[in-house]
Formats: sequence, structure tokens, C-alpha cells
Amino acid sequence: MVATMPRAATTEDARAAKLEAMLLHHEIETFNTRYAAALDEQRLDDWIGMFTDDALYVVVSRENFDRGLPAGLIYCENKAMIRDRAFALKETTMFAPRYLRHLIGNLAVLGEDQRGSIKATANYVLMQVLFDRPDAKLHQVGVYRDLFRREGGELKLAERRCVYDSLLIDNAMCLPV
Amino acid sequence: MAWQKAAALSELSEGGVIGVHVGATPIALYQLDGVVYATHGICTHAMAILADGFVEDGKIECPLHQALFDIKSGKALSGPATEDLRTFAVKIDGDDVLIDLDVAAASEVTAAPAAPNAGTPASDTARPRGASNGGAASEMQDPAMSAPLSITKHYAWPAEGLSRIPDWVYTDQTIYEREVDKIFHGPTWNFVALECELPKSGDFVRSNVGPTPVVVSRANDGSIHVFENRCAHRAAEFCRELSGNVSEFVCPYHQWSYDLKGNLAGVPFCRGVAGKGGMPADFETAEHGPRRLKVASHRGVVFASYSDQVEPFADYLGPEVLREFEATFDGRPLKLLGHYRHTLPGNWKLYHENLRDPYHATLLHTFLVTFGLLVAGNKSLMLMDPKGRHGVMASAKSDGKSVTADAKKEMRAYKENMTLADPRMMTFFPEFDSPWSVTMSTIWPNLIIQREMNTLGIRHIVPNGPHEFIMKWTMFGFAGDDEEMTRHRLRQGNLMGPAGFLGIEDNEAIKFVQDGMQRVPDKEHLVMLDPAVAAGSSESLISEAAIRAMYQHWRAEMGL
Repeated sequence: MVATMPRAATTEDARAAKLEAMLLHHEIETFNTRYAAALDEQRLDDWIGMFTDDALYVVVSRENFDRGLPAGLIYCENKAMIRDRAFALKETTMFAPRYLRHLIGNLAVLGEDQRGSIKATANYVLMQVLFDRPDAKLHQVGVYRDLFRREGGELKLAERRCVYDSLLIDNAMCLPV
Repeated sequence: MAWQKAAALSELSEGGVIGVHVGATPIALYQLDGVVYATHGICTHAMAILADGFVEDGKIECPLHQALFDIKSGKALSGPATEDLRTFAVKIDGDDVLIDLDVAAASEVTAAPAAPNAGTPASDTARPRGASNGGAASEMQDPAMSAPLSITKHYAWPAEGLSRIPDWVYTDQTIYEREVDKIFHGPTWNFVALECELPKSGDFVRSNVGPTPVVVSRANDGSIHVFENRCAHRAAEFCRELSGNVSEFVCPYHQWSYDLKGNLAGVPFCRGVAGKGGMPADFETAEHGPRRLKVASHRGVVFASYSDQVEPFADYLGPEVLREFEATFDGRPLKLLGHYRHTLPGNWKLYHENLRDPYHATLLHTFLVTFGLLVAGNKSLMLMDPKGRHGVMASAKSDGKSVTADAKKEMRAYKENMTLADPRMMTFFPEFDSPWSVTMSTIWPNLIIQREMNTLGIRHIVPNGPHEFIMKWTMFGFAGDDEEMTRHRLRQGNLMGPAGFLGIEDNEAIKFVQDGMQRVPDKEHLVMLDPAVAAGSSESLISEAAIRAMYQHWRAEMGL
């Protein structure tokens, strides 16, 4: 009964909930900063470690996403496939050397689902520098549509759908986003 | 050589010019004061067709950059052309206009051979750089004349023939514009859409034929139509959505409307307001609409052509390539899985070549080699249609264990003991009536059909100048696929596309080629592998015979 609840306690609870939300927000923001750093420094093994074993990692155009079409640039159904991608990029795939810089912002934590997974979105901007060009080119802009889960107290990505707006890819997307 | 018929006299008119071909040589024929003259048909400055130019005071003005030539002597009178035009002797026999390609005009008129035309180098050593170059613009200047800096372009094929490809094939703007005209807008079938993208009437897709934007739409009677995406009024590219469903198309600028077949349906205020303004009284909407293209659809794949003369689609592919086409499009209804799009900073033909170059597959694509999809020694075929237009690169999967030690040494790419954490990606579920697990079909001029085991896709080339093209991918499965099969196609899709393990490498390699030509320009490529097959199909992967066949055809199409 709300009417009989002491006013001070309500304020206290609200404040606690707000702090909880801020902590979670900060935790995901820190996660995304680490995620960006792992990719920017091309530490793909560290990047693999940020996913749960059953994680879904896909990069799909906004064009397809909005129409419910599943085809993506990258389609990994589990951590094994994420590992295979990292392995292939490191060991087999030929592409010109480059630097990438991820900027992740506008984080929105959208709440928990019934299984305790946390839904969140964040915008991303990916800049690419080729060694023989003066400019850092806007390579991709999009939104991460995420599902986080705790494993041993640590946040992991159970799902990251990178939905990109920049429909025309500049030649090739050599490294993950 | 001897006298050859160039035209009928009745085709000529006083003060006019027409373009003809004698053998492979383009010729311009003129009539001045009742006398017929002949010159080479191509401007010595750039690849422009003189018959499209203007005749005035005995001079021909080039339509492209307004170079002026004297028709009787071929002399270049004003820039930008610096080299004279070749002239040819003309004889009239009844209604036949005959010319002799080996004799210049003046030497026939004046019997005295010692007096060449002013401005025409008499040197016998001046000759075209290459052999068999019917369209080559002109002859070289005699260096002894120390002519001013010549900006003349020579479109001469290297004397060695098809085993060399000159850089200008890939880097020249004039060549590119001629390709649009002769190939994409010529007698070819161009891919525009899959029918499964347009299941209902009113559905449309924004597409391209060559670089030219078109709309593909399904009308109320179920028929499919292709027309230019350009308003008949003020040229606005009126359709802006990538795809959708409409009852009509309306140009946003002045609201001119078009029906689903591309006919002009409505012009606002056509009769003016209160009796004033409006279109002329004799304006007919039927006479003003976007250019409509000829359409063919085969097994759910839609093609369009600018030409009324193009062969029926099945004849265009030829029986062997058609068989491969129908092995992939086997009659099952298609299911759209999505698109991706990328630019590629290279000439559009390099992509065709990449898929007619089985040599690269074993060397560039470590991933393929490691996991046994394609290795030197696998059962394979590089099939070309007899005309050299279309190709099918086909191979049958092996487990990689059959690679001999010698072959491994040759393939620096080969790495032992690499395994996938999730090997499902490389599983092939046989579902096609074909001995091949992989076929890559290149359908001239703008389509690649990818059947990479179970991942299926269309790659649609949209050229954007000599140095870049856009590739639009349409991934598909079949309507009967269960969820697991759809997932399998998506999983295997990791191989291809602009983020694919193989796709990245091809895009990068093609970029490197264009970079090389732009930074160390005006040289030529070597395509000499497998000399036992001059040009055409080869059973060896270590072959460039398919690329040579493609250029044999390209040169014929381009008149080069």
C-alpha cells in the first residue's frame, strides 16, 4: 500500500535503485570501452573472451534488419565461430594493414529480461586509416543491439547485433566491429 | 588490300557524314560538292566517332572536343587534336562507294606519288603500335619532326596479342564511356533483380543497368517492367527507396506520375489553370515517358536490355552456361535472405577476371586451401561459352588430405593442422544436380552467380567510372528451406561478401591492382598462363585462357 509507506523510505529506495542503475550503466560503458580497445589494438583473443559460449555475434545492415532479412556481413552463432573468425583473420586472410578506431556512445540500458539478461543499445562509429592515405575515413556507423549476461560476476555479451546504417561498405570490412 | 565496299552512294547526302566499318576499321564518309571522301572514323585526339560530328566548309568537327580536320587531306586544323586524320582513296562504282584502306586519298587524286599532303608525314616507318587494331586512333608521329607534346591517346593493343592487356583497358575514361554505350547499353542481357524481391503487384526495386539507374516493378497483371529512373520532365531520379510497394510512381519535383509499367500517366496542370498556361495543346503523354527496356526472366532471375536486337536469353547464355545456370536455379522458388553492398576501387572487369582466374584461388585464398575447398589438383573446370562472354569456374570439394607434398610446397598459403572450432561452416549438403560443389558463374556483363557449396548469392556489378564499381549482393535460399538450412546458408556466408574470409581478399587484391596501375601507369598486364589453350575453356586451374577469351570478346564488342 503506497499510501502507508513512509516518505523517507521511498526516497531511499528510489535513490538506491538509481544508484544501481548508474552502476550498471557505468559497468556496461566500461565494458564497451574495453571492447573498443581490444579491437582498436587488434587483440582479437581478448575480444573473443568478451562473449559467452553461446553468444550470437552478427553484423547486419539496417536495410536487412528493418525488413527482417537475416543475411549479414558476419554471422557467428556461438563463441566457436567467433574464435574461427579471429583465427582466420589472424592466420589466413590477406588484407592491407590498417588502423581502426571505435567510438561507442549513447548507451541506453533498456532493462532485464526474465532470464536476467540485460538489454542495452549503444551507437558506434568506426574510423579506418589506411597507411597511404591522409584521412581517417568513416568506415561504419551503426548501433549495437546487445544482450549482456553475468558469468562469475563478470559481464559478457550473450548477443551483439551490429546494425549498420552505412549501407555501402568501403571495399571490405576486414576486422570486426 | 584492294577496293572494298564501304556504303551505298544513296546513303550519303550532300554536306553530310556517315559512319561505316570496312572490316574492323571505322570509317567516316563525306560528300562535298558531289565528291565522296573517306577518313578514319575516330578522332586522333580521343575515342570519339567523327560521324557524330559536324561538317562545315569542308571540315569535320569532332563531337567530343571540337577538334577540326580538313576532310580532303585529313589535316588537323585546330586543337585539341595534333595528329592528322588518315584518309582513304575512294572510287564510285554504280551505287557502290568503294575505298582502299591502304591508299590515302591524295595519292589517288594526284597521280604523282612524290607529293604527299601537307601535314601528312611521308615516313613509311610510321605505323600503329600494335597489330590488329582496327579502332586504333592514329599512327605515331615521326619523332624526327619533333612535334609538340602530343596528347593523342593510342588505343592500340600490344603486338603480342591477347597474352597482354594494356592498362588503358582499366583506367581510361573514354574507354569506360564506350563500354557503357557498347556493352551495358548494347546487345547484352543485364541482371536487374530476382523475382522473389517483387512477389506482389506494385512491388519495386531500385536497380541499375551498367551505371544507369532503373526501376524494376511488377504491374497489376503480374508482368515485370524495367525503365530508367529519370523523370521525362526535368530528369529527376524520381524513385528514391531501395525497394517497396506503390500503386504508381510520382516524381516529387512536379508530381509527374508514372504507372507500374513506366508509362507517363499524369502531368499536373497539363491544360493550365483557367485557360492559361499549361502544356501545348498537342502534348501527348504517350510520347513522353522514361526509356523502357526489354525484359527477360528465367527461373526467377530478371534481366533487362537496351537493345531490341539482343538474342533470346537462352541463346545468349549458350547451352553449357545455361546448364550451370539451371543447376543453381533448379526450379525451386527462391527465398530472399538479404543484401549487402560495397564499393570496390577497381575497374569492373577485374571482378570478371578474378572469377575467370582459377590460378589465384589456390594462391591467395589460404582459407580455401587449408580446408580443402579448392586446391591445385582438385577436380575442377574453367568453362567458357564459345563467344568468351560468360564463364563458370567449377570445382569439387576434397578433404585436403589429397594434397601432395609438392603441391603444398608451391602453395605458400598451405598451412598444416589448422582446424575450425565449429567445422559446420564447411559442410556441404549436396542439393544440386551437378558434379560440382562450387560454381562461380560470370554472366556478361554485370552478373556473378555464387554457388559456394550451400551459400547462394547474386553479385550485381554497377560500374561507376573506370576506377570504381559498386557491388550489390542479393543472398538467397529456397522457399522449402527449413530453419536449420537457412542458418547453414548464413553460416557459410561468412566465406563471402565484403567481410568474408575469401571476399575480403578478392576485394583487396583488386584494389591493389588498380592502385598499381594508377601509381605506375601506362604499362600492361601479363596473362600468359596455359598457352596450349589460346582462349577459352581449360581443365587446368593454372590457366588464364578464360581471361584471354573474355578480352577477345570485349575487343570485338568495343571495336578495338
